[in-house]
Amino acid sequence: MTISIIKNSHFWFFSSAAQGTMSILEMVLIALVYLGVFSVAGLFLVLLERRIAAWFQLRVGPNRVGFQGLLQTMADALKLVSKELTGTVKADMFLYNLAPYFVIVSSLMALSVLPFTKELQAFDINIGIFFLIAISSIGVIGILLGGWSSNNKFALIGAMRSGVQTISYELSVGLSLLTMILLTGTLQLSEIIEVQKEGWLIVQGHIPAIIAFMIFMISGTAETNRAPFDMVEAESELGAGFHTEYSGMKFAYFFLAEFINMFIIAAIAAIMFFGGWLSPFGITESIPWLGVFWFLGKTLVLVFLMMWFRWTFPRLRVDQLLTLEWKYLLPINLVNIVLMALMVWLNLIIKV
Amino acid sequence: MSYFSEIYNGIKTLLTGMSVTGKYFLNARKGVITQQYPDNRETLKMFDRFRGEVIMPHDNNNEHRCTGCQKCEIACPNGTIEIIWDRGIDEATGKKKKKIDQFVYHLSLCTMCGLCIDVCPTDAIEWGQNFENSVFDRTHLTRVLNEPGSKLAPGVEE
Repeated sequence: MTISIIKNSHFWFFSSAAQGTMSILEMVLIALVYLGVFSVAGLFLVLLERRIAAWFQLRVGPNRVGFQGLLQTMADALKLVSKELTGTVKADMFLYNLAPYFVIVSSLMALSVLPFTKELQAFDINIGIFFLIAISSIGVIGILLGGWSSNNKFALIGAMRSGVQTISYELSVGLSLLTMILLTGTLQLSEIIEVQKEGWLIVQGHIPAIIAFMIFMISGTAETNRAPFDMVEAESELGAGFHTEYSGMKFAYFFLAEFINMFIIAAIAAIMFFGGWLSPFGITESIPWLGVFWFLGKTLVLVFLMMWFRWTFPRLRVDQLLTLEWKYLLPINLVNIVLMALMVWLNLIIKV
Repeated sequence: MSYFSEIYNGIKTLLTGMSVTGKYFLNARKGVITQQYPDNRETLKMFDRFRGEVIMPHDNNNEHRCTGCQKCEIACPNGTIEIIWDRGIDEATGKKKKKIDQFVYHLSLCTMCGLCIDVCPTDAIEWGQNFENSVFDRTHLTRVLNEPGSKLAPGVEE
């Protein structure tokens, strides 16, 4: 259904006369659709987080605006748009204004390579997963810029912590994905999913894959700066961390980017470990567009897992954070890669 | 080897924590503690130890238990209670005796410390459960707690 719309529009565009301008127009249109869909989806993720947080704490959560509070975050976003954009005296205004766009653009760029179904993928490059890792770590530049240019000590401390955290945990994210790439033998996301038709990678790779999945979820949570790794924002210590001085729409960009990043981390995990848009045991293989629901279902389950982490675990100290990464996750990860290589070499992979 | 046992213990305790919050999540519909206040105004009941305001209960014969000893007035740290008293003839004995005319309670000054209720020898005053204390005019916050025409219940002073 959705796919046929894309194909038809593609056909319609390229049957027109001026091919060059039309292909640019097509790209712009697809980008706008992605922007629109994902800013709304990000808002609904915020709502989901708030409702789930409420349920974890035996509360009700926002349930007044719209049916069961469905329009709550829309109303919040409208309020944020209408608010005044404030700033501090002696803030570095250029960087201060630039920072939120770094964060939001890098997280939206990562969305472009995600395969929602076999056909519904905006940009299927042969270095897909590498591109995702690279893009997801660019966001930290925005956070550093925002914290540094705000002329606020809490924002600066928050931003520096974010730098430390992202540089450390980037290693674990990359290495745990590398473990899985040993199985797939390719970086292209569509081919990675193709490989999983013989069983999801977490089944194919069994023990090392499960270890890699755990490491990926831990370091992915740290990568998105969410609790229990939210040293960057640490409400009780730093006010709001790097976005203390931001208001209105610029604050909303940071906020939205955090949730889109969470979605991206969950989506990468769904692609790399749980077969992306593949249905379990191929039950809906004859209806390809149902892949969207399998992909989003798997992703949302993993998003729920991250929310579960957030509302269960207390925040780590900075030294504990670095101990966890450098003394535990990284060595385990390196051993795990060797283990996975042995598995692949001795052909101990489980294939259905 | 403590390295591996630490990892094992770490994972175990994390899973313990997650199972605790997971149980709360699954019971969220039943055990919800939020009161959706204006909607359940009729059925909302405050808990026993709630300190809403000081009240003086009266029985069916319009009799209260306040002897006018003024201990509460002395105990009150911010002058919330003012007892206007008088001497009258006691019907039973025919002697002149102290009795309250008006038990004035300034809710606007009250900090709900409860010293008056602790100190009352006859349990004449106690905590009320009303929490809708906002009014449009602050004179409504000065209340006379004894009902007009009420008198001391017999047998309180024995």
